[in-house]
Amino acid sequence: MAPTPAHQLASDADRRSHRDARHDAWFRRLLKGCALLVLATLLGAALSTLWGGREVLFKDGFHFLTSSTWNPVADDYGALAPIYGTLVTSLIALVLAVPVSFGIALFLTEIAPNWLRGPVATAIELLASIPSIIYGMWGLFVFVPFMASIEPTLSDTLGKVPLIGKLFDGPPLGLGLLTAGIVLAVMILPFICAVMREVFQTVPTRLKESSYALGSTTWEVVWDIVLPYTRSAVIGGIFLGLGRALGETMAVTFVLGNAYDLSGSLLMPGTSISSSIANEFNEAVGTHRSALIALGFLLFVVTFIVLLIARLMLRRLSRREGN
Amino acid sequence: MFTSSRSMFRLGAIAFAAACALGSLSAQATDITGAGSSFVYPVISKWSAAYAEKTGNQINYQSIGSGGGIAQIKAGTVDFGASDMPLDEATLAKFGFAQFPDVIGGIVPAFNVTGVAPGKLVLDGKTLAGIFLGTVSKWNDPAIAALNPGVRLPDAKITVVHRSDGSGTTFNFSDYLSKVDATWKSKVGEGTAVNWPTGIGGKGNEGVSAYIRQIPNSIGYVEYAYALKNNIGYAVMKNAAGKVVQPNTASFQAAAATADWASAKNFNLLMTNAPGADAWPITATSWVIVYKQPKNAANGKVILDFFKWSYENGQDAARSLDYVPLPANLVSQIENYWKTEIK
Repeated sequence: MAPTPAHQLASDADRRSHRDARHDAWFRRLLKGCALLVLATLLGAALSTLWGGREVLFKDGFHFLTSSTWNPVADDYGALAPIYGTLVTSLIALVLAVPVSFGIALFLTEIAPNWLRGPVATAIELLASIPSIIYGMWGLFVFVPFMASIEPTLSDTLGKVPLIGKLFDGPPLGLGLLTAGIVLAVMILPFICAVMREVFQTVPTRLKESSYALGSTTWEVVWDIVLPYTRSAVIGGIFLGLGRALGETMAVTFVLGNAYDLSGSLLMPGTSISSSIANEFNEAVGTHRSALIALGFLLFVVTFIVLLIARLMLRRLSRREGN
Repeated sequence: MFTSSRSMFRLGAIAFAAACALGSLSAQATDITGAGSSFVYPVISKWSAAYAEKTGNQINYQSIGSGGGIAQIKAGTVDFGASDMPLDEATLAKFGFAQFPDVIGGIVPAFNVTGVAPGKLVLDGKTLAGIFLGTVSKWNDPAIAALNPGVRLPDAKITVVHRSDGSGTTFNFSDYLSKVDATWKSKVGEGTAVNWPTGIGGKGNEGVSAYIRQIPNSIGYVEYAYALKNNIGYAVMKNAAGKVVQPNTASFQAAAATADWASAKNFNLLMTNAPGADAWPITATSWVIVYKQPKNAANGKVILDFFKWSYENGQDAARSLDYVPLPANLVSQIENYWKTEIK
């Protein structure tokens, strides 16, 4: 075979690099398209809920946001009780789930013997894959009676403590904001825990061992080395869990009590945005339907505000670190 | 490999041809679609299976809720709708609809009070309204005690359980309370979902039943079939005639038979608080909504034939699911209505 002339080689390479550039351009467009598709979907969903809820939002939006009445007979709707219920249950879930997830992740990455790490990690991931209706059923048939049996004790002990006493004052129904919050905590725990475990593993051994060499305890290593190193990912994981808690529907519907009440006590029934929609959408017509879609839009807004706060928190943290 | 994939193809082709042949066979029978109320779903599916066996006509009914059923028939995407609420005159006229009842069901107050046996608690409309308004808040309230001499009622707070989802059950229950209590009518009113003055909400009959069983000293309302199946104590009611009646097939039918259908145009009447001496006061039905002049006349005929068949032959099926068939005098009124109204 005769050697290929040099000029032909050059033009081959040219052609190839042209082709590569073209492919690169297409690939870039494809990726951009994928990213934009997500944005377009989100925007479309937000706008269509805004449009669907226009009858309520644009007619008397202020009343809708500030009233806690929900009266389908008189077509008088206020979203305060569902918003309150959504935020309170999610907050309880976070308060309970974050420390526990942190403990589990810490144990699995720093303390547990190797043979235990795999099985426990798998068990946690399996927890994440249980459908929410199962949590709802478990909540209704197992956890609610349990809560009903301990709630009198809660009222008699924590209910007597000044300041927080009002939170634990109420009839021992077993259902309510506290029960829903605890069920949510169990549901979001695997998400937060899985993220924490993954990122704790990325901390270079060099850093940890240096710290141990300087005489740090395990706690000091975790608090001063591991956590600062993985901080933004940990907060990301927490907000992933929070996002799930805010939007959770079925499990909450079963244990929250579904009453449009604004109550200072965690033992009282309440309602959440998503459970209100799930409950009533089927039989809702006219303004009622519009009010429910408007609630859906509010869930977008609430989630957006929560994520915004998370971003601001992260930014402030990194500014304090000086980088 | 080649031969096997070819034989696969041949097999596929045969299967396809067979499917086409089958399809063209069954196309001779009529396919009817209906949608709406989940209350009637179990009985309509049971009827349609038996009806299909006999006539070959398929009735496909989707349980999407009354609101959805009305929307679908308005849009013309289904052949009939079923709703737990009757449509008013204006809507019927505007869309050219006719409506008629299909089957009866009863709603019972269900309670969980230690020491009070099922069927041993007597309530009347006013007291029931008081309980659900929150004004009668303890089990030993004089209003309840007066109706139940000799029953030991505890000095305990009543926990009210209601439906959290919009439902025909709630509609009929709140309609009954509106009829018997002026305060309820002005403060709460009637609807598939209402602004409950007190209590907690359970999702569906099963959710309400579960709450009642779990929460001591609670009271709620469920379809009769659920109270039976879940073994929850139900109350007996003092009806409009002042007589204490048990919830059962006879008292539900008495309500349907004594309700004043003759003066209700298009069967636009709720059977709650029926006047009969033996009538159960919270009796409900659902309405089938059809076009007076269906786009497809053959389909329209099959729908009426199906319901005619169900009135005559579907009674045992209905009873086995704890529904109550319509009384004979109502069926003959419905059949007259078909003759005059539906082309």
